[in-house]
Amino acid sequence: MAAKTRVVTRAGRRRREAIAGLLFVAPATVGFLAFYLLPTVRAFQISLTDWSLLRAPNVVGLANYRRMIGDPAFWHSAWVTLTYVLYNIPLQTALGLLLAVLSDRLARSVALRAVIIAPYLMSNVVAGLVWMLLLDPILGLTNAWLAHVGLPRQGFLSSPDEAMASVAAISIWRNTGLTALLFYAGLQAIPKHLYEAARLEGADEWSMFRRITLPLLRPVLAFVLVTSLVGSFQVFDVIAVTTEGGPAQSTRAILWYIYENAFKFHKMGYASAISVTLFSVLILVTLLQMRLLRADHSDLD
Amino acid sequence: MRTFRRAALLACTAVTIMGAAPARAADVTVEYWMWDGNQAPIYRQCADRFEADNPGIKIHITQDSWDNYWTTLNTAFVAGTAPDVFVNHITRFPEFLANDILADLTPRIAADTYDMGSYLPGLAENWNKDAHQWGLPKNWDTVALVYNKAMLADAGVTEDEMRDLDWNPENGGSFGKVVARLTVDRNGKHGLDPGFDKSKVAVYGWATDPVDGYGQNQWSFLAASAGFKYISQRWGTTYEYDSPALVKTLTWLHDLASKQGYAIGQENLGNLKAVALFSAGKVALVPDGSWMIAAYRDNAKADFGFAPVPKGPDGRRSMFNGLADSIWSGSKHKDEAWKWVKYLGGSACQTLVGASGVVFPARPEADRTAEAAYRAKGLNVSAFTMVATPATTFPFPITDHSSEISAILKTAVENVMLGQGKPAQILKNANDQVDGMF
Repeated sequence: MAAKTRVVTRAGRRRREAIAGLLFVAPATVGFLAFYLLPTVRAFQISLTDWSLLRAPNVVGLANYRRMIGDPAFWHSAWVTLTYVLYNIPLQTALGLLLAVLSDRLARSVALRAVIIAPYLMSNVVAGLVWMLLLDPILGLTNAWLAHVGLPRQGFLSSPDEAMASVAAISIWRNTGLTALLFYAGLQAIPKHLYEAARLEGADEWSMFRRITLPLLRPVLAFVLVTSLVGSFQVFDVIAVTTEGGPAQSTRAILWYIYENAFKFHKMGYASAISVTLFSVLILVTLLQMRLLRADHSDLD
Repeated sequence: MRTFRRAALLACTAVTIMGAAPARAADVTVEYWMWDGNQAPIYRQCADRFEADNPGIKIHITQDSWDNYWTTLNTAFVAGTAPDVFVNHITRFPEFLANDILADLTPRIAADTYDMGSYLPGLAENWNKDAHQWGLPKNWDTVALVYNKAMLADAGVTEDEMRDLDWNPENGGSFGKVVARLTVDRNGKHGLDPGFDKSKVAVYGWATDPVDGYGQNQWSFLAASAGFKYISQRWGTTYEYDSPALVKTLTWLHDLASKQGYAIGQENLGNLKAVALFSAGKVALVPDGSWMIAAYRDNAKADFGFAPVPKGPDGRRSMFNGLADSIWSGSKHKDEAWKWVKYLGGSACQTLVGASGVVFPARPEADRTAEAAYRAKGLNVSAFTMVATPATTFPFPITDHSSEISAILKTAVENVMLGQGKPAQILKNANDQVDGMF
């Protein structure tokens, strides 16, 4: 009799816990369904139509996707985005790691960390505006300084050869602080006795970094790489503020091209098709990265 | 949950009360949207007079910034919440027409025997397709040159000279010479002096906004004065960007910067535009549109004046463009909306707008008021008004697919001005691509 009561109570408690658990995840689930899943499904639906935003849509099947494959402007924007990612990710990650290790191993000052994260507190739009003024070829401070040290004037955002690198530099300037902070947090999880032991064995800073820091930082590294890679494929706001895809389409990144199609050319169906494609590619890239970096394992266990 | 519902109910009631308060039960409210914050108070004055003349109709004006305006308007058309009357722009007109957004004004104009001939010639035509009228003209703009008076005097150029410049794509004419004379290097040598160093220019003789595909305030007045036409007629289906006149004009402008060093090249033109370069004293002469007059007055510290665009082999030419008021096809109060549109396009409201000295109204009698208002602010704007005639203007190239076409042409002209390939080839390719869309 006593045993039976206990069983019932345990089952009841488990059910109560399950309900509480569901209640806890409910707000997030509702948000996910309403703001992520539903729009994604809608985008896929719209991508099968010729919706112009202003007229009732007709279903056109996969015509938008076929058009995309044969659209040189789409491939150009994909290529432009890829160059941005290639400028952005290696530099931002390396700089962030360097800053994190330096502030961890050399100067553990709160003020310094605050300075490093400061640009990230600014919105992309403000960062874009500030740098647009600084990088102006004739009126900007950067060129005044270049002239002062005897270097020739640079077009930066106005030159098709330098515009994408300039946009990437603005993003790196803004985001490196966050990357550094994430790495810094990761570094705090590495037991200090490992370094002490290594130092007793006579290891120098470089080999400690290579053999202790880097392997033990891998889960954080994976997180940083995945989020910043996905983020840089979606570069938009800095471009919208500074170059609007120009000059001569040198910064017409994929999200800008989607925006142009949807809201300037009134081709919502086509814009949705490109969005869905970008979404699928990013999911694949993310899965691949997680797999390669074994993101769910830590060498500390 | 119950508290939430009660709060929601309360909020609803509050909104209903607030919304209902200003209007009587039988009143019709006409929603009117515009983007220019400078003009919104003036139009409120028009609305007050209109309301006094038309009891039972209220005007509700909403003003939003240029970018927000179009995004909000587009979504409002879809959602069915668009304004009854809105300020329309020529670049959006073809898309709206193709998507049945606009109400046809033709039957109403005929029924009221409304005089369309009372506007400056060329303005109403911009809003007409196949003998149907889709908007009433509101105001207009032309392009003129802006010069820095001190720099002019320093180079020994008189203001009389500026009023009578000529230009051609072969040697640049007297306009080209003035641009050269206005350019000064860091040693104080002017563009035509021996020993002028084009690698060390301190003040340029010429700069424009970064170029776009139509070049309204950058290159169109020079190309048109050399005989270039965008399209053969309004709503045409073939563009003429492969014309030798355009190739020669753009090549001359490109060389002016890259070969002679008298102008700021496209690769050095940031988003800050000509008005910023002019105000900073980096350039002595710039072309700009009449919509920028106030910006020069507010920003330029130096004394400046306006001169007409130069006369080319084909005469003096400026683009002639303007806004209109249109009625949304989904409006539930089209009769009241038409009364308001008529009032906006009429003499009383346009004269009021002219007296504010912010824009040039579409009616000639209101323009005289506007000129006087500008003069009272110390600005002689005759360089803009003198070219507002059919012989000295050309229209914006209005055709279908205009937004996509504008993107293609912008890239082509940018490439020419950046020196990325042969101008004739770049423009021919773009023109073929554009013509292929029809």
